[in-house]
Amino acid sequence: MKKYKFQLLSLFSTLMLLTSCGNNNGQNKSNGALNSNAAEKVYVAPGEHDEFYAFMSGGYSGNLTVYGLPSGRMFKEIPVFSQFPTSGYGYSEETKPMLETSHGFIPWDDSHHPDISQTNGELDGRWIFINGNNTPRIARISLTSFETEEIIEVPNSAGNHSSSFVTDNTEYVVAGTRFSVPIPQRDMPISEYKGNFKGALSFISVDPEHGHMDIKFQILMPGFNYDLSHPGRGKSHGWFFFTTYNTEEANSLLEVNASQNDKDFIAAINWKKIEDYVNNGGGTKMPAKYAHNLYDEATHTATSTIKKEVLTVNPLDIPGAIYFLPTPKSPHGCDVDPSGQYIIGNGKLSADLTVHSFDKMIAAIESKKFDGEAYGIPILKFEDVLAGTVKSGGLGPLHTEFDGKGNAYTTFFISSEVVKWKLDTWEVIDRKPTYYSVGHIMIPGGNSRKPFGKYAIAMNKITKDRYLPVGPEMEHSAQIYDISGEKMELIYDFPTHGEPHYAAGCPAELLAPKAKKIYRLDENKHPYAVKSPDEAKVVRDGKEVHIYMSTIRSHFTPDNIEGVKVGDKVYFHITNHEQDFDVPHGFAMIGQNSSELLVMPGQTKTSVWEPKQEGVWPFYCTDFCSALHQEMQGYVRVSPANSNVELSWSLGD
Amino acid sequence: MTKTIKLLCVLTLGLLISCGGKEEKQKEKIKIGQKPKTEIKKEEPVSTEIPASKRITLDNKGVGKIKSITLDPTIDNAMAERGAALFKTNCTACHKTNKRFIGPNPTGILERRSPEWVMNMILDPKLMTEEDQCAKDLLVEFNGAAMANQNLTEVQAREILEFFRTL
Repeated sequence: MKKYKFQLLSLFSTLMLLTSCGNNNGQNKSNGALNSNAAEKVYVAPGEHDEFYAFMSGGYSGNLTVYGLPSGRMFKEIPVFSQFPTSGYGYSEETKPMLETSHGFIPWDDSHHPDISQTNGELDGRWIFINGNNTPRIARISLTSFETEEIIEVPNSAGNHSSSFVTDNTEYVVAGTRFSVPIPQRDMPISEYKGNFKGALSFISVDPEHGHMDIKFQILMPGFNYDLSHPGRGKSHGWFFFTTYNTEEANSLLEVNASQNDKDFIAAINWKKIEDYVNNGGGTKMPAKYAHNLYDEATHTATSTIKKEVLTVNPLDIPGAIYFLPTPKSPHGCDVDPSGQYIIGNGKLSADLTVHSFDKMIAAIESKKFDGEAYGIPILKFEDVLAGTVKSGGLGPLHTEFDGKGNAYTTFFISSEVVKWKLDTWEVIDRKPTYYSVGHIMIPGGNSRKPFGKYAIAMNKITKDRYLPVGPEMEHSAQIYDISGEKMELIYDFPTHGEPHYAAGCPAELLAPKAKKIYRLDENKHPYAVKSPDEAKVVRDGKEVHIYMSTIRSHFTPDNIEGVKVGDKVYFHITNHEQDFDVPHGFAMIGQNSSELLVMPGQTKTSVWEPKQEGVWPFYCTDFCSALHQEMQGYVRVSPANSNVELSWSLGD
Repeated sequence: MTKTIKLLCVLTLGLLISCGGKEEKQKEKIKIGQKPKTEIKKEEPVSTEIPASKRITLDNKGVGKIKSITLDPTIDNAMAERGAALFKTNCTACHKTNKRFIGPNPTGILERRSPEWVMNMILDPKLMTEEDQCAKDLLVEFNGAAMANQNLTEVQAREILEFFRTL
């Protein structure tokens, strides 16, 4: 009875708590709604399309999600660094090579910073790049098929965080290291980090026609932590800027030991100068081991190649190419305004934003006004390069995007807010709360020379009470602000998948008209493709059995297969003969130690099954393809290993 | 109530088990809708409606962008060959030229359908099954197996039509 009373009491008090929380939320919301017609602004009527695409990194999902703005509707999860049983990515024979690394097959990564390819500093919508943080890799995703086409591993790097940002003409996608490490890797005491570890900054060239990536050079920098980076724009095109922390070079308890210096640096790198240097034979080729994985849309197949060498550059060999800009309090975000004049370093332990001037930096370099050097790299004087300070009153500034109308929007993690401020005058115009603890913010094109300053999306790290509770683990929240007016207006709140760090957005009309609808069957160059149903067959090669199978609504050809034996390795090579938009067929085999496949129209994919027991085992289509989808099925007869059952296959006979 | 359910479950289980059968080559065990032998009378079905596949609708041009086609009296063999190749890759999963399969056999199709109807059916089967009565009836007759749009061009559909003339 006592216990019962206690339970009742706790239930009651919890209810009270919940109710009171609810009320507060309710008030917030109704205030928002009273202020404007927020609902109308985000309402995209059934059948209508959104105005913008938003590509959000999945963080620990390892993937990339595609959303519409302003509706916040999710359209697709694009598998990148993680196996994706939904489509069979990383499970099918064709896509397994995409996840190969120098460490072998890795089913996962932590994806952070998507960036859309650019021409003249403006979004061109050809590809989107994203970094794998944990096992350093850069991926390139096609923005016609919305599929991952290429992944390159980055050697000598660890914690590939200051990545994957593209230069004005997508000459390079740049990848910096968060951890400094011994280069080359070797067995040595951790305590000897200082002065011995190095930080590799990799410039990966992008072929202008195919987008193919190749590490052009790696700069071996002092052993700091290279946190984030941004290319110069317009007038500063040819430079790249990296924030650093842990210039103390601490190897333990960084929480305290990496926050000792009042200022860390922004490293300003004249990559054009280094490019000239390496084009003229400069740099040192160094043995390395890294995977380069390339997906071929014609064969629907990826190949993985291990590369054995990388070109490294010692900063001291190219005087005048690299400078350090002192920046207060462990700067995190590193952002460049659309004109290329301002480089913003957000000291994450500071209340203020530091804005450096590109012109002043050049003037200081030309007049050789140095304040010292670090490992031989000149340090410019803080006052000489400072353009201004934004006194925001917020706490924990992280990232800044721009609206193209002279305004900047900076997120504050600790004080959970977005602050709008004016370039040149540094005055704060507006501030709005986020829910809660915002990381990055994204304005479509907001890190390029041509932002589309209509919406800003705040990506938050903490969700708490924003949605119906679903246990301790929750999706992260995002907020959409209308930034078309003087004041920002919170118009929508939506959950995002994984942990979106950064995002990239662009107008819908840049991508929608060229989005691929089908793969043409007559262009299918897969070696196991079945181009017409009479090519369907089953071939035995020792213990391997290759089933050349085709699908159309709603049957498999063949659908009865006999002569498979226990101990065989059975390859189902499935070609989807549909040539109509949005008619994939799926494939799943009972007891298969793999995922299903989703085969797009005109595509061939391969699934492996190793039958362990004799019997007659069914397979079926997993994608509801037509009214007769449930009839889309078949059987494989599995006989004992020593059986004499001949291979045979049929459909409807 | 629960007892009834339990009973039903047991009965269903029994049914399932008995369906399992012991012999590998058992004949049909499910007999449904069969009248006792004594009642069988030799009567033709009452319905006089001709199935859509046998119906002759040469005046119907169907619904779609093909409004009028004039066929040359002689068959263009090169065109028909191209059509045969297209038919093989795009159509044979469901259509065979020697028998009814998932869909109808195209042999002799031009004795029943107009060339325009055939091309419209190839080019936009969804629109046809929504708006053309014959196509609607065919969909029902062929078990609801909707024809796939293979995204062929008008030229390609015309080539397939020429191939059909050779059958």
